[in-house]
Amino acid sequence: MDPLLSGDVGLAEILIVLLKVVVAFAALLIGVMLMVWFERKLVADMQNRLGPNRAGPFGVLQTLADGIKLFFKEELSPQNADPFVYRLAPYLSLIPAFLVFAVVPIAGNFSGDNDGVVTMFGHETLMQVADPQIGILLVLAMSSVAVYGIMLAGWSSGSKYPLLGSVRATSQMVSYEAALGLSVATVLIVAGSLSTNLIVDGQAGGRWNLWMTGLVPFVVFLIAGTAELNRPPFDLVEAEQELVGGFHTEYTALRFAMFFLAEFMNTVTMSAIIVTLFFGGPSGPSFGLDGWFADYVLGFGYFFAKLLVFLFVFVWFRATLPRLRYDQLMDLGWKLLIPLALGWFLVVAAVKVAIDTTWNVAVVLGVAAAGLLLGGMLLKLAIRSGSEHRTDEFVGGDR
Amino acid sequence: MGYLDGFKVTLRKWAGVHTDTGRRLTMEYPEEVRPKPERFHGRHVLNRYDDGMEKCIGCELCAGVCPANCIYVRGADNDPDDPTSPGERFGYVYEINYLRCIHCDLCVEACPTEAITESKLFEFAFTDRNDAIYTKAELVVDDDGRPQQLPWENWSGGFDPAADTSGWMRATSPSGNAEFEGLVAWATELGYGTRDAELGQVADVPADEQPETPDEGGH
Repeated sequence: MDPLLSGDVGLAEILIVLLKVVVAFAALLIGVMLMVWFERKLVADMQNRLGPNRAGPFGVLQTLADGIKLFFKEELSPQNADPFVYRLAPYLSLIPAFLVFAVVPIAGNFSGDNDGVVTMFGHETLMQVADPQIGILLVLAMSSVAVYGIMLAGWSSGSKYPLLGSVRATSQMVSYEAALGLSVATVLIVAGSLSTNLIVDGQAGGRWNLWMTGLVPFVVFLIAGTAELNRPPFDLVEAEQELVGGFHTEYTALRFAMFFLAEFMNTVTMSAIIVTLFFGGPSGPSFGLDGWFADYVLGFGYFFAKLLVFLFVFVWFRATLPRLRYDQLMDLGWKLLIPLALGWFLVVAAVKVAIDTTWNVAVVLGVAAAGLLLGGMLLKLAIRSGSEHRTDEFVGGDR
Repeated sequence: MGYLDGFKVTLRKWAGVHTDTGRRLTMEYPEEVRPKPERFHGRHVLNRYDDGMEKCIGCELCAGVCPANCIYVRGADNDPDDPTSPGERFGYVYEINYLRCIHCDLCVEACPTEAITESKLFEFAFTDRNDAIYTKAELVVDDDGRPQQLPWENWSGGFDPAADTSGWMRATSPSGNAEFEGLVAWATELGYGTRDAELGQVADVPADEQPETPDEGGH
């Protein structure tokens, strides 16, 4: 809970919240602008190209130029489109992208006994727009709403390629959300709280969830997160070679710009969520410093450095990996990531219970590992016999 | 490391941007210009003889052979006292519509007098459809045999009117000698910037005595 709102809420508190909202909004928009540029430059570097270099120094203003161009284009809408839903869909995609960022702590001093509380105009507050008690659940909720944006965009376009794209999007995002949620749940067991502030606070002093949860949830989260973002190699939703542009084929001008913005904004926020959940967010050594420097500059510096690493990783994925086939995508999601995340969740839960009730941790760990191994082998057997069954049906049948 | 090898490749390209590994292949076009191939097909010119007479005789063969139907020619009789071209007829109207032209060079091959040839100029962008139709006055070369620069044409991008206007080729022998049929090489030219004939294109010389084809890039 944000200490700002725990007492009486007067004009000053509302103004501070408004200031935070405006700053977060502007920072996110500028961040997205720079992210698009960063991605284009980096992919160009990795592909022996130059990338944008005409608008502004090093082409930084290219995104702005593209945005202004899209702003002045005509808004077309197909004849068979459902007008209301067609207009609604871009907002359903863009607004959740903004909202997710509200729960990400971007600065604050978490070292020692500090819990990230900063003093702003004489009022104590957290360096995040909101710290609701549902915390990280808001992220999952918003990413589910964003699926509607994509699904409805394809469905309401009245055109076949967008429809195919949105069908793919729905099943992909729904199945990967399960793996995403399970790896988040593992983090929550370790952190013991849904609040992003407390999750970060619990990781202060280098006790990052990355190793506190045993690395696997992080890997699952990274892969499932990439799929959730519809970024390569999981960009089947807008596979240019097959579906023209996928769900946004029929969108032009500003409405297309909204989808584009939402996509890159989601990349930034997903990186921020990874940093928050697994890498301790803005926490880091404060070198005995105190006051505004440790609160704002150091905290934001740590956060930004960690964020940049993941933005780089997402772009690196894109430059390197070819797109998965659709059945490979579903296989990876349902047969590997979800069972793995679920199994790991159970093991971590067992260890947590063992520590709480002073059972022998080694024995619990051994039993859990054996159970996991057994379950994995049973799953593998089931998958193999299932595929053999299908092969028999197909080859041995009279068809 | 099967799955991760690809990551190594892209990382090496990125890390080695200033070395040979990550060497950029992009050419920054308006500043840097790629050398044009020897037989580049660009916008046409209508050639003239040394004495200033036009080569076009208004036969309409180019218009007939044009697959895009972009050439419009009308011939007329020469005024005997003040002829435009040597012989009886001249091209009275000659128009090429560059919104349709596909630069296939068939008109050049069809022309019996080598009146129409293609230059290597390709940087012309018009803002008016009427500008897209080049008239005879715009296509014909000026008195020293160079093409005229029209207001919307960009000649700064490495276009040299002397070197880049004279190239044209024939797929068959100009002299109609069946021995040279199908040999593709430069023919001798009568226009600006003369080039020696290559293998198979000099009339009345047997194939084994033809000049060698110089080994040049872009063939």
